[in-house]
Amino acid sequence: MVDMNTYWPIVLIMGVGTFVIRFSFILIMDKLTLPDAVHRMLRFIPAAVLTALLVPSVLLHKNGVTSFAGWERLIAALVAVLVAWKTKNILATIGSGMVVMWGLQALL
Amino acid sequence: MSKNWSTFFSGVRITSPLILGVAPFGLIFGAICVTTGVPEWGAIGFSTIVFAGASQLVVNQLMAEHASMAVIILTGLVINMRMFMYSASLAPHWTGLHPIKKGLLAYMLTDQAYAMSIARYNEPDGDTINKPLFYFGSAITMWGCFNITTVLGAYLGAFIPTEWDLGFAIPLTFIAVVVPAIKDRPAALAAAVGGAVALVANDLPYNLGLMAGAVSGIVAGYAAERRQTNG
Repeated sequence: MVDMNTYWPIVLIMGVGTFVIRFSFILIMDKLTLPDAVHRMLRFIPAAVLTALLVPSVLLHKNGVTSFAGWERLIAALVAVLVAWKTKNILATIGSGMVVMWGLQALL
Repeated sequence: MSKNWSTFFSGVRITSPLILGVAPFGLIFGAICVTTGVPEWGAIGFSTIVFAGASQLVVNQLMAEHASMAVIILTGLVINMRMFMYSASLAPHWTGLHPIKKGLLAYMLTDQAYAMSIARYNEPDGDTINKPLFYFGSAITMWGCFNITTVLGAYLGAFIPTEWDLGFAIPLTFIAVVVPAIKDRPAALAAAVGGAVALVANDLPYNLGLMAGAVSGIVAGYAAERRQTNG
């Protein structure tokens, strides 16, 4: 159970800290010129960061211990990658991933 | 309708399919938060104040396990540090905007709104649109979706069967936005290295694996591009 005495302090500090992270470069960029190397690194942010987010969350369950989340998730994710690549359609990607995962869950 | 408003609505329209993947996120967070003994309005406040689902789930779990305040806050902020990168990436597109408007847009920053906006900005006609307004349409769609579904999850969450594994919709939204963003070999390498390092480094303390993966991926992509251009 969560201790409500520390709940709001944690939420508020998280809120302020997260806002500062989000605001940082957006606020100061007018007064700042980025080195060319940094500028060229920016374009790799979507590919690198989103994949770093999604791979562990597809493959690993974290209920206290980290463990393999199951073949149905891995296969469904690969199907979704294929659908995303071929169609570039968001609904089709999410829909096909969920349907394949549920289908395999019923079969396996 | 003015050109500006049509830009706003195109941000809403292009982002709206992601609701399918983000709605479960809000539902799950609202439901889990309440099962750990937080009142419904506490869960709702968490989503509106912090508005960063991945960190909220982890922070809530650590609070339920009675980790120390310092560890909880540090872990949550490390997960959100990736948004430094989104901030740096969006900033050149929003120069000259009033700081208060920048602050409002920054508060609503998410993985999804970032990815959709950068993809739009990088299209051939990307420089002709009102960039902050497109982002605003995208971000407010995600904001409304996550907060409304947090409310639903907090009050009705106990009725969602866990066997449905609705949480799987979250990584699927990332697949839907990242795959079209990979347009050449350096970007593909950035994704492969980012994903692999994040997976291997998953057990690092404070969830540092995410940042380790993100930074390695970016450096790998940059190095590959330099090799390509230098022959």
